[in-house]
Amino acid sequence: MALVKKSALWIAYLLALLSLPQFFDSVLAISIFNQMAIAIVFALSYNMLLGQGGMLSFGHAVYFGLGGFLAVHALIMIEFETVYFSIIWIPLVGGFIGLLAALFIGTFSTHKAGTVFAMISLGIGELIAASSLIFVSFFGGEAGVSGDRTFGPPFFGVEWFQNVEIYYLAVAWVFIATLFMYLFTQTPAGKMANAVRDNPERAEFIGYSARRVRYITFCAAGLFAGVAGGLFALNYEFITEENLNAATSGRVLLSAYIGGLGYFIGPIVGAVILTLMNSLLSNYSDLWMLYLGIMFLLTVLFLPRGFAGFIMMHQVAWIRGTMKQLIVPYLLSGIPAVVFVMSSIALIELSHTEDAEFYYLGLTFDSNGAMDFGLIALVAIGALVCVRKSLPQLKAAWESANEVIDETGESES
Amino acid sequence: MLEVFIFATLNGLVTGLLLFMLASGLTLIFSMMGVLNFAHASFYMLGAYFAYSISLYFGFWSGLIFAPIIVGVLGALVERYGLRRVHQQGHVAELVFTFGLAFLIEEAVQFFWGADTKNYQSPDLLDFPLFTLFGQEFPAYRGFMIGISVAIFIGLYYVLTKSRIGIIIQAAITHPHTVSNLGHNVPLIFMGVFGVGSALAGVAGVIAGPVLTTFPGMAVVLGSIVFVIVVIGGLGSLAGAFIASILIGLLQSYAIASNLGMPDLLNLLGLEFGRDHPLTDLWTLTLPQIAPILPFLLLVLVLIFRPTGLMGKREQ
Repeated sequence: MALVKKSALWIAYLLALLSLPQFFDSVLAISIFNQMAIAIVFALSYNMLLGQGGMLSFGHAVYFGLGGFLAVHALIMIEFETVYFSIIWIPLVGGFIGLLAALFIGTFSTHKAGTVFAMISLGIGELIAASSLIFVSFFGGEAGVSGDRTFGPPFFGVEWFQNVEIYYLAVAWVFIATLFMYLFTQTPAGKMANAVRDNPERAEFIGYSARRVRYITFCAAGLFAGVAGGLFALNYEFITEENLNAATSGRVLLSAYIGGLGYFIGPIVGAVILTLMNSLLSNYSDLWMLYLGIMFLLTVLFLPRGFAGFIMMHQVAWIRGTMKQLIVPYLLSGIPAVVFVMSSIALIELSHTEDAEFYYLGLTFDSNGAMDFGLIALVAIGALVCVRKSLPQLKAAWESANEVIDETGESES
Repeated sequence: MLEVFIFATLNGLVTGLLLFMLASGLTLIFSMMGVLNFAHASFYMLGAYFAYSISLYFGFWSGLIFAPIIVGVLGALVERYGLRRVHQQGHVAELVFTFGLAFLIEEAVQFFWGADTKNYQSPDLLDFPLFTLFGQEFPAYRGFMIGISVAIFIGLYYVLTKSRIGIIIQAAITHPHTVSNLGHNVPLIFMGVFGVGSALAGVAGVIAGPVLTTFPGMAVVLGSIVFVIVVIGGLGSLAGAFIASILIGLLQSYAIASNLGMPDLLNLLGLEFGRDHPLTDLWTLTLPQIAPILPFLLLVLVLIFRPTGLMGKREQ
């Protein structure tokens, strides 16, 4: 029964991926979907490392980037007919290179988890990023290297001129990668990775080498990061040093964390949120990175398990049917909270804009007038007061929703 | 050759001492709370920016005094309302928090000051050559940088080892519970140390801003190198951090000043490769080219062969 339920979930996931271009078929939408596909695989591979294996990495872009560079070089080789195969296998090339790099680097970086691992990953990341600017013939310096995906044998008549064709290819790879990464969590190695993350000492006592378990997880994460790099190469047909430096490593950490570590679906949520912010929000405001930073810090402080964790928090209340007790308190705190966030954004934008007039949510504000500024500030402060006033109520409602569960749980057992 | 060597040494010393000013605060914070503060270099950047803004109205010297104070207060607030909250969730969460903070501070600096480089000038008072050697001038401002760093270290050393507060701090590092039982407010001590460490980074920013240029990327440029130093020196060891700072400062300075490279090595071995050799980038590599990656190379080597660092204690 459980298997049927799970398979149904996977089929729904595949169908959702496949049907997306039917609803949103603009050029922009397809390009955003392609970015999402890449980000999802990359974030999932990062979660494998941090969420599952407990290894905080500041250099995961190395495997993504190396895979991507080799993939672009493979595209070039196809173009010059050094090798002859369809470009649908390019992500495998990337994955293979990611795996090779992880096999080598993992031999010395997986001795310890925690701070030591984080530092080594940072060092390796900086080392490779800096080297990539030195070895110009392979990495192409600051301009990067570029290829062309339209050469090579066509695949059932498809010659990859359009992004939507790449989207379907990416969907296939995303689905395969997601499935394999999920299956990995179910293998003994995946379960042991959790054990080593939580208590390496005990894992060693029952006869597992913590280092070896970490090494296996690390290599698997490298493999899938490389697959994501290969997808990147196929989508953009070029890759630069930026794709393997610390900024890219930082972004994947952000997306995995915001989505929710430890939940398989978390990084997918995070990757979708970050891609949307990156491609949509950046059209409206050049301050979107500031908002991203604020959002990330708030997540770390108040939602340590991310968005997925926030949703999962309600699992018990959902099963017990006490969710309806929470609706009113949520609305009472949520509406002023949204007002506060929106008016804060208005304040930030208003003080940043260079135009004389500022349009926001259908309203026009005078950028130089103290009047408009004060008005928004007043709304923000009022909303904040409302949030603070309503919070105790929310807390009480939350506790009562969970208290009932405890009592019934006791009486049942 | 000698003049190149002497000036490279002096410049390396300036960089090394500057790096130590950052590394000392980072090490102190690490040995207290066990968290490597990713945002430490961001406080250094904030120091430079605050000092720049203050210097526009009140001159360089007011900036030197007030900017570190502002940064120190900010640091204390971050500890009180941020780190202390995340602390319950373990070291990884703390590291991630400081990482996010560094990200946010960089964006905030661009929001308040803009993305362009600021014209933060050293004071006119120090705008003269300190001495002239082999026809090259050594600016007085660099001498001032050496002087102020050395003065701060002596002060820090004195406070930590001789004063009553320093002794309590040292005790709180190793035996926080005992110190707490003796009636001292340990969380307050932690907050204070975090604030002072941030203020030290702020001082470094104030005096480095005019030399290393004040721009939003300055934290990233120095941040990872300071991390490297703290790890190479041995986590939690002030002496190790000092040695590693000077080592890295000199190493980079010598590498930049020298003009040696692979071609010289190949000449020595009597080998020769054509321009179109596939590894031509490798055969034409020079030391100044690889100077930026030397610290990271050293970091990886140290972590592989001596994970505790130069002066680190054995891991429990």
